[in-house]
Amino acid sequence: MNIEDIKRPENIVYKRPTLLTDTVMHYCPGCSHGTVHKLLAEVIDEMGIQDRTIGISPVGCSVFAYNYIDIDWQEAAHGRAPALATATKRLCPDKYVFTYQGDGDLASIGTAEIIHACARGENIVVIFINNGIYGMTGGQMAPTTLLGMKTATTPYGRDPKLNGFPLVVADMIAHLDGTAFITRQSVHTAAAARKAKAAIRKAFEYSGKGIGLSFVEIVSTCNSGWKMSPVEANKWMTENMFAKYPIGDIKDILKK
Amino acid sequence: MAEKILMKGNEAIAISAIRNGVDGYFGYPITPQSEVMETLMKEKPWESTGMVVLQAESETSSINMVYGGASCGKKVMTSSSSPGISLMCEGISYIAGAELPCLVVDVMRGGPGLGTIQPSQSDYTQVVKGGGHGDYRNIVLAPASAQDMYDFVDLGFELAFKYRNPAGILADGIIGQMMEKVEMHPVKPRRTAEEILQVAPWATTGKPSSRERNIITSLSLDSDIQEKFNQKLKEKYDLIRRNEVRYSEFQTEDAEYLLVAFGCASRICEAVVEELRAEGIKAGLLRPITLFPFPENEIAALAKRVKSIMSIELNLGQMVEDIRLAAAGTSCPVGFYGRQGGNIFTPEEIVAEFKKFNNLK
Repeated sequence: MNIEDIKRPENIVYKRPTLLTDTVMHYCPGCSHGTVHKLLAEVIDEMGIQDRTIGISPVGCSVFAYNYIDIDWQEAAHGRAPALATATKRLCPDKYVFTYQGDGDLASIGTAEIIHACARGENIVVIFINNGIYGMTGGQMAPTTLLGMKTATTPYGRDPKLNGFPLVVADMIAHLDGTAFITRQSVHTAAAARKAKAAIRKAFEYSGKGIGLSFVEIVSTCNSGWKMSPVEANKWMTENMFAKYPIGDIKDILKK
Repeated sequence: MAEKILMKGNEAIAISAIRNGVDGYFGYPITPQSEVMETLMKEKPWESTGMVVLQAESETSSINMVYGGASCGKKVMTSSSSPGISLMCEGISYIAGAELPCLVVDVMRGGPGLGTIQPSQSDYTQVVKGGGHGDYRNIVLAPASAQDMYDFVDLGFELAFKYRNPAGILADGIIGQMMEKVEMHPVKPRRTAEEILQVAPWATTGKPSSRERNIITSLSLDSDIQEKFNQKLKEKYDLIRRNEVRYSEFQTEDAEYLLVAFGCASRICEAVVEELRAEGIKAGLLRPITLFPFPENEIAALAKRVKSIMSIELNLGQMVEDIRLAAAGTSCPVGFYGRQGGNIFTPEEIVAEFKKFNNLK
């Protein structure tokens, strides 16, 4: 048997998703973004919806998401991605429309846009990367920063008297009638990444049903911002972030 | 004979949008232009043309909905009044930076701040010079009647798509609220998906295998690339300056004195010209219809032969700066008279100010 016989499609168990471009990613080693991009590319590819998918990228580390996944993209102003997605989906109802947003973009400056997109029940997918910090601008406090967590703007740790409390967006929007599927996942292990991929796929499938907004939060690491090694960051996340942001489905209106 | 219907300027915007094949309207209530969205909701165009009409949670959101819709190559618009336009300036800057066509209607009220809800022309500088951050220009049309409100929706989209640039209708509370007869032009259907691919091959319509992915963005981290883009925008704005200047003249042929006014002020100034002429004073009026591009060459030519120019505005003197630039290099004196806060001048008041400025009895 020669190598070409082995390389037949039915024998391939793992490969780079065809929808990931050749562009070298600008993300730091250990960052969760790369993994989430890969899962997203796989889902769009496997559903066969490349020509019907429009992505909206945010302002933040994933501002250049449009360089990495081979679909049509719109680059939004900071926090406004759900507004762009709302119009795109309403004007092009046959398309799959998703936003990809970090915690500063979605949970701070874009709070009004995400809450009202959820309340209106827009048939879009929202991918929410929650790493509790502003990565791109150099590690400042995010609305999801944990109490006591040190950042560039909370150098002595987040103090609720000074900085208030973390915003738990997924639980908040679960109360809104316009949301269909809300889940919180992570991608720090192979098993977790597989579950996250299944959740992203479900979100896309739900958005095609016209039953409301689907929201996939990925609790993520920012080892550069957290000033840890990738391995330390994963450990810190499971021990600290998961306590405030527990993994699992929060709402699924189709689940009996 | 085309049908004529009595309606408010604001209603004319809404009816024109439906009849001219607009794909989407996104807005937020604010006086004195709320009738635009109210009329659209009452007309239910989603049942007739398929037009999307949505009340957003804020002006910030409505302009970003316009950004998303424009990214898809659709004919999308919003309307607001002065404080709302301030909120929209972020989004308009992004739309200009991404080179997208759209239509923004500003029915001006008095400012600054919450100001008044009465008519004003005090957003001239904001809207005509750009308004948001960065070097950019909007194509700006200044209506002086309900008919203009109707006609400029179609013209605005035509120019916006021709140049891939935001276009604006800069109206005021008088033009928005005043009822006049409006002639209905033949209906234009909404563009089909195929037509959108033709008109807007750059749009995010879903990437087929036959083309590269379309990316709508205003971001560039490389100074040289950004500068090249800024130069490209300048070339576009210069082209617009050469091709799209629109204005009307009233009794300027033999005029010795020139008045310049836009929008509702130009309607009042027509009466001023008649009154002055009745007294034997040869006055004329130039009304800029496009505020960007500004009829600077036409004003410069008139400045060479008239005794003076006076700008009449419902603000503290904003357009007058552009008139002074146009008249620079001539010895023609340029004056200004305005009212503010939502107050409107009478023709008699302007006649008196005109005589004072020109030392006439």
